[in-house]
Amino acid sequence: MTISDEVLQRHGLTRDEYGRIVEMLGREPTLTELGIYSVMWSEHCSYKSSKVHLKTLPTTGTRVLQGPGENAGAVDIGDGLAAVFKIESHNHPSFIEPYQGAATGVGGIIRDIFTMGARPIALLNSLRFGSLDEALVRRTFSGVVAGIAGYGNSIGIPTVGGEIAFDETYTGNPLVNVFCLGLAGKDEIIKGVASGAGNAVYYVGAKTGRDGIHGATMASAEFDERSSEKRPAVQVGDPFMEKLLLEACLEVMKTDALVGIQDMGAAGLTSSSCEMASRGGAGVEIDVSLVPQRETGMTPYEIMLSESQERMLLVVKRGREAEVERIFGRWDLHAVHIGEVTTDGLVRVKNGAEVVAEIPASSLTDAAPQYRRPMAKPAYLAEAQQLNLATLAAPPSPSEVFRRLLASPSIASKRWVYRQYDHMVRTNTVVTPGMGAGVVRVKGTQRALALSVDGNGRFVYLDPFVGAQLAVAEAARNVACAGAQPIGATNCLNFGNPERPEIMWQFARAVEGLGVACRALDIPITGGNVSLYNETDGKSVLPTPILGVVGLIEDATKVVGRSFRDEGDAVVLLGSGRGELGGSEYLKVIHGLVKGVPPVLDLDLESALHRLLVSGVASGLIKSAHDCSEGGFAVTLAECCFGTGMGAAADIPGLEAVAGFGPVATLFGETASRVIVSVDSDRVAEFQALARALNVPATAIGQVGGDRVRIATSGEVVLDEPLAELEPLWSEAIDRYFAIPRAVA
Amino acid sequence: MKFAIVVFPGSNCDHDAYHAAKHVLGQDAEFIWHKDTSLQGADAVVLPGGFAHGDYLRTGAIARFSPVMQEVTKFAAAGGPVLGICNGFQILLEAGLLPGAMLRNRSVKFQCEHVIVKVEQTDTPFSLACDRGQRLRIPIAHGEGNYYAEPEVVERLESHRQVVFRYVDTNGAPTPEANPNGSVNNIAGLCNEGRNVVGLMPHPERACELSLGSADGLVMFESVVQSVAQGTVATVR
Repeated sequence: MTISDEVLQRHGLTRDEYGRIVEMLGREPTLTELGIYSVMWSEHCSYKSSKVHLKTLPTTGTRVLQGPGENAGAVDIGDGLAAVFKIESHNHPSFIEPYQGAATGVGGIIRDIFTMGARPIALLNSLRFGSLDEALVRRTFSGVVAGIAGYGNSIGIPTVGGEIAFDETYTGNPLVNVFCLGLAGKDEIIKGVASGAGNAVYYVGAKTGRDGIHGATMASAEFDERSSEKRPAVQVGDPFMEKLLLEACLEVMKTDALVGIQDMGAAGLTSSSCEMASRGGAGVEIDVSLVPQRETGMTPYEIMLSESQERMLLVVKRGREAEVERIFGRWDLHAVHIGEVTTDGLVRVKNGAEVVAEIPASSLTDAAPQYRRPMAKPAYLAEAQQLNLATLAAPPSPSEVFRRLLASPSIASKRWVYRQYDHMVRTNTVVTPGMGAGVVRVKGTQRALALSVDGNGRFVYLDPFVGAQLAVAEAARNVACAGAQPIGATNCLNFGNPERPEIMWQFARAVEGLGVACRALDIPITGGNVSLYNETDGKSVLPTPILGVVGLIEDATKVVGRSFRDEGDAVVLLGSGRGELGGSEYLKVIHGLVKGVPPVLDLDLESALHRLLVSGVASGLIKSAHDCSEGGFAVTLAECCFGTGMGAAADIPGLEAVAGFGPVATLFGETASRVIVSVDSDRVAEFQALARALNVPATAIGQVGGDRVRIATSGEVVLDEPLAELEPLWSEAIDRYFAIPRAVA
Repeated sequence: MKFAIVVFPGSNCDHDAYHAAKHVLGQDAEFIWHKDTSLQGADAVVLPGGFAHGDYLRTGAIARFSPVMQEVTKFAAAGGPVLGICNGFQILLEAGLLPGAMLRNRSVKFQCEHVIVKVEQTDTPFSLACDRGQRLRIPIAHGEGNYYAEPEVVERLESHRQVVFRYVDTNGAPTPEANPNGSVNNIAGLCNEGRNVVGLMPHPERACELSLGSADGLVMFESVVQSVAQGTVATVR
């Protein structure tokens, strides 16, 4: 068969890659084989552009039970338990069809977790959209939120937290990153391997249809004006089917009849069979004519490449088939025996008696192409990093800036969103969304887990190396604010087209930054996901690495949230401001600029800060803690007050800045490694002694109480606003974009 | 006493109800699979929240055909205490054990948040330990909790004192603003004429421990324990 350039292009393969396929097979591939190579060697499945960089990340540690390479990572949390977690993107499908794109993203990450033998107990998400002023964005945004809700709520896994930011670069390419965490017995983690010649290969779950064919290839290309024509490549989710699969698979895993299991996610039956065979060093033979099909006339090519959702592939010990079929039957699921494990290392696909593909499994996985793509420092950087405040219009009054920032959708309350998520089901949620890191208790133990997902695309755009470090620091700081020791991380790296040297440079520098920060803070990365080609018509999104950090709390009863607790408590600022406005929300909202350099990050101070937070919460000294991020000190202080009915008064050192920018730099600068905590007024000295011992600046700056947010800089009051006016600006900002009747609880 | 927690394939609050009954309250509890035809001698039945069969059709519309529902119906007819929470309430409506139907929330969105309900009646097995007029802070989590019944049915519910829980504001007033989903007459929960079958949209099992934000729901479970102990409800075997 002669393969034309057009066929290759449709498969996202280069002529060189095709040459390698011919060489590996020793012959021309069949069309089915070509399809299999095209998805397995797609960026999405092979990580061909990113692998050389990802290999540099720290992935080991005393608590790590499973690092990258499996369906999810796992860390030891004591009591014989493992926390199994991962983050994954579903960006491209969510733009094409927001509800189903986001819903199936949730479905996919949940399968990754229960595939490891873990019961999923918490979901988080990190979302990026364009400006809510645009109708298209509002539709994407509300569709994505409804899709996440529709899937997570139905299957009964609480969405306990997340973060959302808005920037025009995401208009045609939203980011939908979903994180799931599950619990498993430490010694009961199941892997995605096929081994043991003659063991049975089972297919279970939804029937296979033509949906999602070449979804992985689509996720490995840029968008253009014809993207909506790719709609059939988005799958449709069925959370009820997944709930059945989840329960049935966990039940099967309790027996020892299972050898390995993998979900059919991206690249469906192809990736699950090839990867399981490759990991097990075995071969797999399957007959596609036995695969349950939803449509008639499907070709082997279509069956192998379909990305129909809610399907699992299992390898079952020979002789134990009936037992496994019985368990699935109880859940009204039909487990179908479609093949066997072999010893020849080949993935052999038959259609009845006819062999339609026969490929060495390792050629699809380990021997997939890897590229060290050319890199070049982006031309925009030199200009973008120059921030000269003197050339800007004079800043508005602190009061006006404060009010506009509180109402900025990136800062404003996300209640409109998380109210649609069932965040309480399973009765473990100790800290609910909007109150800091999501915290779930671990029933049967004293412990709890704090979870946070964070990243700031503007900082990474302005300096990928520092920006990525700031993402690690912020996610870890957020779990530390709840009183949790950060013990593991997963990353989702959202970038543009890696074939452009400037994008590749951003990516490589960001990965370096992640490595530096994770090493310094002692947080191993146990897995994650890379999403490239986040571009529309040649314009990339802000480079956005998202970090999901898991923290461990020894005593669940000690957990603290963001909000102030008692009138009269002392307000203590940890760390100190430097008035850094580079890449800030202030610059964006007030001056429409993304300029300057991101805040400096001192990783030693950051690490000490986390230790102080963990011990301060454990000893009961810290009554609330909230990290300073977008909007700086003033916004953070206001957020500590919101929902409590109590105001606060604080006096912080005024910072010098050019041309009348002193007050706004002091109030709204986004210097890293700062946290506002509240402490019983008679225990401030005790707390400060603890902070001194750890070399963390801890300044008593004011008191909780009253009904205003009052901030003085070096004794001079610069902000004095009634809480009753501020709070609705913040709490209703997103609602105002949607004309819905508001119910008051 | 012993709770039977009915498990439909898409139930997802079954473990929460079990946890509340067994671990918080220290009572006996057993899961009953929806295809089972025995309630295993339980003293009270809980139909938990969730999406019984995916609920792509009307919520609870398929669940009423599950084999276990015949047993639940017999148990209810004999006077045994039955509590339907959220999806469980929807199933009781579909099964005809309680009157009325559910519409989509007025917001046309799923809503998960704490609400306040007022205890209107204390002569049911699930409100016996409450004070009349007591206000409970309990979460809701549903997309279809907008209770509807024809005006004459609502009138009868009110005149027969079958509205057990009502959405109210912090002052105890059933205002439109306090009504999270548009339910007629702010109805959050009701009972049958025999008063032994109670359905409500809020989730008391999620409000049984202070560490989760509220322990106001525990009183509903304590009520049925007390009812069974005092013999104010039928023991069905």
